[in-house]
Amino acid sequence: MQQVKPESKSDSVIVAENLTKKFGSFTAVDRISFDVKRGEIFGFLGANGAGKTTAMRMLSGLSIPTSGRGVVAGFDIGTETEMVKKNIGYMSQKFSLYDDLKVWENIELFGGIYGLKKTEIETKTDELMRALNFESERNKLVGELPLGFKQKLAFSVSIFHNPQVVFLDEPTGGVDPITRRQFWELIYDATSRGITVFVTTHYMDEAEYCDRVSIMVDGKIEALDTPAILKRQFNADSMDGVFQQLARKATRGDI
Amino acid sequence: MKQLMSFVRKEFYHIFRDKTTMMILLGIPVIQMILFGFALTTEVKNTRIVVLAPTYDEASERIISRLNNSAYFDVADRINSDDEIETVFRNGTARLVVVFEERFGEKLRHEGKAHVQLIADATDPNAATTFSFYASNIINDYQQDLMGATSNPYRITPEVKMLYNPQMIGAYNFVPGVLGMIIILICAMMTSIAIVREKEKGTMEILLVSPMKPIYSILSKITPYFVLSCINFASIILLSVFVLKVPVTGSFATLTFISLLYIFVSLALGLLISTFASTQLAAMLMSGMGLMMPVLLLSGMIFPVESMPYWLQLISNIIPARWYIEAVKAIMIQGLGFMAVWKEIAILTAMAFVLVAVSLKNFKVRLE
Repeated sequence: MQQVKPESKSDSVIVAENLTKKFGSFTAVDRISFDVKRGEIFGFLGANGAGKTTAMRMLSGLSIPTSGRGVVAGFDIGTETEMVKKNIGYMSQKFSLYDDLKVWENIELFGGIYGLKKTEIETKTDELMRALNFESERNKLVGELPLGFKQKLAFSVSIFHNPQVVFLDEPTGGVDPITRRQFWELIYDATSRGITVFVTTHYMDEAEYCDRVSIMVDGKIEALDTPAILKRQFNADSMDGVFQQLARKATRGDI
Repeated sequence: MKQLMSFVRKEFYHIFRDKTTMMILLGIPVIQMILFGFALTTEVKNTRIVVLAPTYDEASERIISRLNNSAYFDVADRINSDDEIETVFRNGTARLVVVFEERFGEKLRHEGKAHVQLIADATDPNAATTFSFYASNIINDYQQDLMGATSNPYRITPEVKMLYNPQMIGAYNFVPGVLGMIIILICAMMTSIAIVREKEKGTMEILLVSPMKPIYSILSKITPYFVLSCINFASIILLSVFVLKVPVTGSFATLTFISLLYIFVSLALGLLISTFASTQLAAMLMSGMGLMMPVLLLSGMIFPVESMPYWLQLISNIIPARWYIEAVKAIMIQGLGFMAVWKEIAILTAMAFVLVAVSLKNFKVRLE
């Protein structure tokens, strides 16, 4: 039931204060407050229809809050949307690359959209291809790559412009645990470069990898802390146990 | 600007990589033009005619035999009274009835002029114009020969009467019509599908979350289809002039100008459709069914707007194709210039503004 008050705002990359979104009489997100520190991996959990995606869309400037306030990367999400957009990366659950474009063309496109210079895009593409061991796939169409590859590439593209925060909406849906593990190594690598990661997931093993986790139930944040503290607090031996206890209280199903 | 360029390049990749769709987009206009063109080009060889000559005389018999001996006509029958003309057409005995006035030869000899009436079945207006024209020519030839033989000025006045479609609307309408239809369908359908595809695949979300302005993503979506439509416009005009021999008699610059304007209106229409449709199928149905039928039936392409019931005429006013086709007819067929079509240009410009304004307003910058 605790709601963390943002204390030291200077080091917070995401601040939400009573963020609310209503669709008509339906309150999708109900006065949520939290803050996320720089370089943190913040897990955003909740059953389907709990309001995760709506909250994430408000934070990434896709949806205007009905009430409340949010600051992302130092910019107000209600009034400075354009600046917010420049400083964040976003990867949706339907990974967001073009199947009929080649690997390097996708990178070039998104680099161009974020205003990177051509030479910068070229050197960074080379680096990225080496780091991912993708050099032989460079000229392949994205549609021909296996799902795990696509997801890794989509993530790399979403942080290609070095954003302060990256929002990942269920990034690892549909792949095996080994590929998921590899994906998470990329996430750790990003945080080591100072990028803050805000991630929603359905997989409770992934929740264990997060620095802190919040669990949303029916539009409200019901729990927020490190996985270790949450497990102790709910007397569970895994995050799955914690989630089960909270999610059982939910009264809404899928939206 | 660089954003825009990398985005436009991406749109061209989408089109070039999808070779089937590209071939369809560029091939349809050519095929359609050829089909429409040759289906409507009429062979007038051996057209059956029926003759009504109340008085037997030399002059009318000469004309009849000239008609019969030409490659174009066969005299199928002779009738004796006006009442039978209707039956001839009803039974399909002939498509042209040649009616000589009473005492035709006598009048021609004594008064120097006589009348002959050509009554054509104009159900197929193209054919009717062609064969009545041929018949008039044959009669004129005979008159020339008579004048050559004597010094007396003889005048035979052939009077052409079209039955069933007296105004001859429909002749050579298909070039402007096909142009109007192809442009609106390709632009509206392809643009709306291209935008909705991004919504469906989830890439639209990524574009909206990027700092790229929505107007840029719209502009770059439109650009490749604008280029494609210009190619289509060129191929239709080339086919029409060189293969179907329907020349551009009026100002070519005005024709190009109004076509570019019309292409833009159609693209904007596609944009508007894309803001309503959430699946590619819906977009296809909306632009396909929603546009094809009104354009085919209400634009004047097949049925003349003037003969529609009043309320349908009102509806036809909001169809961009109607104004475009009207203007193209004026320029291509009637040979008029800019001043003759300024009204159509003004209407299409207004439509472009309204469509762009409404779709920008509707374009969901924020995914609610």
